[in-house]
Amino acid sequence: MEILMSIVVGILFMAATYLILSRSLLRIIIGTGLLSHGAHLLLLTMSGLKQGAPPLLGIPADTYADPLPQALILTAIVISFGVTSFFLVLAYRSYQELGTDDMDRLRGNEHE
Amino acid sequence: MNNLVILPILIPLLAGIILIFFNKNIAVQKWISVIASLLSIGSAAVLVQNVLNNGIQTLKIGGWQPPYGIVLVADQFAALLVLSTAVLGLTGILFSFKTIGIERERFYYYAVVQFLLVGVTGAFLTGDIFNLFVFFEVMLMSSYMLIVHGGTKVQLRESIKYVLVNIISSALFVVAVAYLYAVTGTLNIADLSVRVAASGQTGLLTVIAILFLVVFGLKGGIFPLYFWLPSSYQAPPSAVTALFGALLTKVGVYAIARVFSIVFYHDIGYTHTILAWLAAFTILLGVIGAIAYWDVKQIVIYNIIVAVGVILFGIAVYTPAGMEGAIYYLIHDMIIKGALFFLAGAMVVITGTSNLKKMGGLMKNHPLLGWMFFIAAISLAGIPPLSGFIGKLKIVQGGFEAGQYTIAMVVLLSSLLVLYSIMKIFMKGFWGEQVLTKEQEKGSEKGLILPIAILLAISIGYGFGVEFLSPYVTQAAETLMNPDLYIQAVLKE
Repeated sequence: MEILMSIVVGILFMAATYLILSRSLLRIIIGTGLLSHGAHLLLLTMSGLKQGAPPLLGIPADTYADPLPQALILTAIVISFGVTSFFLVLAYRSYQELGTDDMDRLRGNEHE
Repeated sequence: MNNLVILPILIPLLAGIILIFFNKNIAVQKWISVIASLLSIGSAAVLVQNVLNNGIQTLKIGGWQPPYGIVLVADQFAALLVLSTAVLGLTGILFSFKTIGIERERFYYYAVVQFLLVGVTGAFLTGDIFNLFVFFEVMLMSSYMLIVHGGTKVQLRESIKYVLVNIISSALFVVAVAYLYAVTGTLNIADLSVRVAASGQTGLLTVIAILFLVVFGLKGGIFPLYFWLPSSYQAPPSAVTALFGALLTKVGVYAIARVFSIVFYHDIGYTHTILAWLAAFTILLGVIGAIAYWDVKQIVIYNIIVAVGVILFGIAVYTPAGMEGAIYYLIHDMIIKGALFFLAGAMVVITGTSNLKKMGGLMKNHPLLGWMFFIAAISLAGIPPLSGFIGKLKIVQGGFEAGQYTIAMVVLLSSLLVLYSIMKIFMKGFWGEQVLTKEQEKGSEKGLILPIAILLAISIGYGFGVEFLSPYVTQAAETLMNPDLYIQAVLKE
């Protein structure tokens, strides 16, 4: 199961890298979304996908799933959610102000 | 257990929260910011003294025993950096009063500065690798807001790149933590050190170490991961650039020092050789940039990269002298980069441009500013009585002891080019023919002198008071060179 998940995570990273290298800003933001999905799935996979009950003590069971990575992922999800919403608004603002979403036209070192 | 450890994080956090409620009342905002900064400096100073007298201080949050809970660890290295951060915070806020402008001040500027200080201080004090990630994000999110705050075109354009690079490096940080957790099964730095030592740092762990180097290198601006830094840092106002230049890259360097001295120190021949060569190229590329530009801000920005390389080399040689040098130089560089960005900001305020070719003869109307710039410049280059000397001396000494002669020579020669690049500003901007008369100037230096003077006084005191400082720095280097001290303090109490 871990091997299958690793391959899926690899595909997510591949797609994210491809999208981040493109010219349109919106495709780049979609790429960062896929990148954080990949990272979160990797965090879940790397802690082991052994069988076990959900980490709730109310459920009587011999083994439980590891609760720590779930807490880490939950933290990472809200952080990347906050950053992504900021980034989307930033992209919206810069489209209004600069009139383009083409990264090639956002180059330059000149001061305004 | 010592509740003092959390105060440098808690004070700016509470101040930031309170400031949100007073966003229209600027006088109140200024007072709260200054009082909070003074309290932070006080608590950090007490912490430094406390660590000197009683050894490493820890605070187990919620009373959970490490490695099961989050633990805050103040060793002397972290405590000294927290104190410098607090001082930079105060001067940055004082410099903002005159330069930042009322529109920005009304939109939560001072609150976000406090949150930035929370992130930086927390990153220095944490003893847990995932908690370090969270504090990095606190710091980065505040920096996203500060870099775009005001919304001019150049800020919007550059902040897109800055945010993108940091999102990618944060995702890589999560990936690195996932791998490390899979191999060791723990997140506490002291416990990680024990488990990595027990496994003898296999090849897999060395790969993870290099992944951490990539992550922290992206934050810290080392070669070849510094490409985003020069254009991003010139976009925001000078006060913000000063805070970024003095604090943000240094957190990356601190994380490299921490991780490569306490956790991954078993395969030095491989990891630390890579570190040393990356440091050499960082220095080279930094000085090339510093002498190439005719823009005051760009020259100082490339000097950040040079300094990051020099500090990294001190860490890479992994001898007591090199480590002490790195600590001396790290603290010196935080102070002097703050002062230089303030000075560059003052020059921009007066002349209305950052292009060196369009200014000249500022000495005539601003002699105080000119001589302060001169002192900052020779201190940056490391001329003996001033603060940059002792750090570089120890780093070069460490380099020779470790047999890294080539790179040690690069460090020495870089000082010359750094001096040239910064003297270029002094010769062209302050001497030479006067371009602007008193009436043509765009602004006055009133109110800008105080924060610069505070930092320069500290820098001069730092240079002359090395004997007073040395017990602190020796203690800080000792913890980094002997991971057992750190582990003892955290795990066995």
